[in-house]
Amino acid sequence: MAKIIVNGLVSGGVYAVLAVGFSLVFGVARILNMAHTAFYMIAAFFIFVCTVMSGFPLLLSVALAIFLVSVVGILCHKLFFDRIKEHTIPVMLVSVGLAILFQELLVMGFGGTYRAIPPLVAGFVEIAGVRVPWQHLLALGTSIVILIGLWLLLSKSRLGKAIRAVANDREIANVMGIDVGWVCTITVGISAGLAAIAGAIVAPIVMVHPLMWMQPLVITLAAVVLGGLGSIRGSVIGAFILGFAETATVFLMPMGSFLKGAVALGIMIVVLLLRPDGLFGVIFEEERL
Amino acid sequence: MKSKILSLLLLCVLVVTSVIVGCAPEAPEARPTIKIGVLGALDFESGKHFGYGAKMAVDEINAAGGVLVNGVRYDMEAVIVDSNEMLSVADAVAAAENLITLDKVNCIVGCLRSEAVLGIQDVAADYKTIYLSSSSAPEQSMRVAKDYDRYKYWFRVGTVHSGNAGKIIFGGADLVANAVRRDLGIDTPKVAVVLEKLTWTEPMIPAAQGLLPKLGMEIVGIWQPSATASDVTAELSDIKDSGAHMIMRVVSGPITSVLDKQWGELQIPAALCGFNLEGTSYGFWENTMGKCNYAELTSVNADVKASDITLPFYDNFVERYGELPLLGATMAYDSPYILKAAIERADTLDSDALVIEIEKTDQPISNAPRCTFDPLGSELPHEMTFGPGYMTGYSMQWQDGKLMCVWPDGRPFLGDKKWEGLRYEGTVDYKLPPWMVEYWKSK
Repeated sequence: MAKIIVNGLVSGGVYAVLAVGFSLVFGVARILNMAHTAFYMIAAFFIFVCTVMSGFPLLLSVALAIFLVSVVGILCHKLFFDRIKEHTIPVMLVSVGLAILFQELLVMGFGGTYRAIPPLVAGFVEIAGVRVPWQHLLALGTSIVILIGLWLLLSKSRLGKAIRAVANDREIANVMGIDVGWVCTITVGISAGLAAIAGAIVAPIVMVHPLMWMQPLVITLAAVVLGGLGSIRGSVIGAFILGFAETATVFLMPMGSFLKGAVALGIMIVVLLLRPDGLFGVIFEEERL
Repeated sequence: MKSKILSLLLLCVLVVTSVIVGCAPEAPEARPTIKIGVLGALDFESGKHFGYGAKMAVDEINAAGGVLVNGVRYDMEAVIVDSNEMLSVADAVAAAENLITLDKVNCIVGCLRSEAVLGIQDVAADYKTIYLSSSSAPEQSMRVAKDYDRYKYWFRVGTVHSGNAGKIIFGGADLVANAVRRDLGIDTPKVAVVLEKLTWTEPMIPAAQGLLPKLGMEIVGIWQPSATASDVTAELSDIKDSGAHMIMRVVSGPITSVLDKQWGELQIPAALCGFNLEGTSYGFWENTMGKCNYAELTSVNADVKASDITLPFYDNFVERYGELPLLGATMAYDSPYILKAAIERADTLDSDALVIEIEKTDQPISNAPRCTFDPLGSELPHEMTFGPGYMTGYSMQWQDGKLMCVWPDGRPFLGDKKWEGLRYEGTVDYKLPPWMVEYWKSK
């Protein structure tokens, strides 16, 4: 049981880092951004180029990656999503197209070989007899810090109030003098920045390659939908539920460990059949973020 | 007067030019070419090496005078094309058909993924084109046995089918188990079997369950992660808890780097052995940040003196490309030489005649002392003959940044004494990971 709890928490933390940014941009800008994990991939490659190929310090590379990817996210929003934001399906399709475009550009530049980037924290620790890499614990800690940071931003700052106002009702927010377009742009930038942080935290755990955006996208979508679209807290809880589901599958069915993704998504399907708004879609209605 | 001088000057220029041109050596007449279509997934290291190996062989053959057919010297030309087989089998099959119909190649070489090879086998059969492939699914040679007239154009070069690959993998496990017994005093080592969930690994389950106990090992569990798994820390935690002394893994997908890297990061106290497709590549050490140290893996290549060709091939390859040759490199390097010999014996480029001559192949290649093909009538015809003196495969181990050959090590292979004494020059002893030795000695 200890190994399921420990590994489940760690897996959940990794997924939560990715889910939070996705949930934020949907909640505010109403964009189902399928390129969210592509931003995470771009950040991972950028860190690879800076650290492994160019010898830059790791922390500097991470900071540059966050800035660069935020800019890329904002550009994508201004050039593509903002123009068709009233149409959900086209936005989704355009974002998928962008993700594939980024993938192919990276294939052209780097090939399909799997690469590694150094962890921010090397080594491992034993918790209740379970060996956990420090990088995994960092992912878990980061997701908690991000959640607290976002809560503080959204509840205590003027920008946060503006974001919440836009998320609640764009028209009224506009009438009240809030620049809705600017708020959406900033939100997309923050979301892309969060994807870049995920790239820095998660990419050293996995391998860096041009297809690395696909699998996390499925899990991220599942976590967000499970938790309730637009609910950040819900998406974090959804991420942990999926993390535990996957871990339990591995430990209870070793020969079926390839099914861990399918089991997690199966749980999501069952939950949605019972509660189509997601687990916390109603409870956090007034929060909406 | 002026016009006369000009005319005279012009005449002189013409005469001098004619003399120069007349004395110039004749440009050599371009030789006709034998085109070899080379297929590999060029976005991946394993795929690129098909092109590297073929190009190197073709350049060597042409420099040595080409191929003599019916009194005429032919050059060989490698037409290298991206199969994209790792992402799309249909792309690989289409690429093969284009090579035959558009590029008009005389034969096709390459491809690694079994599903792609099966599709290309049909294309080669349709167009009666010689096809020398890699991959490992025995279905390919079973087709030759069942419908020889249609599938006789296909041969497997440079590697072994999964049955023999399985033997080499189990041989590697036996090697590691022997070290566990010797260094840790554990009579019956416990083995965790990790097989990526793909068609080609399914036969390994009954094979492992049947053979490992006979070799004095105990299976403590079988894990089947997805071939595209990006994080296997949960599986590795479970394996550590199972008390396994060894992990026998068989992986070829994106999980290859993840598994070895996370095993080394967590210092799981179990020796890692088995098959890892990317594990013998030059960049694997960097890609795993050196965490693959002490990982054992099966290979069809090793820079040991298997034949007189092996070490010069390795040296030339590393000098030319700056990398160690992978499976694709050796099979694509050997294939033009096999074809050259067959063409010169047959004295024709006709595919049906070439099939007969390729079946008679008996020559050293880059990764074996002798290449012969199992004949029609055998269980799996057109497979490379496996055994001492022929294709054996190798066990390799990463030791402090270098990929060293650790088997054949001179011991009997899976109890077969025919292998006793077989140890190629350059082979070193296998080493258990030090953290594992420390862990089990403290228990």
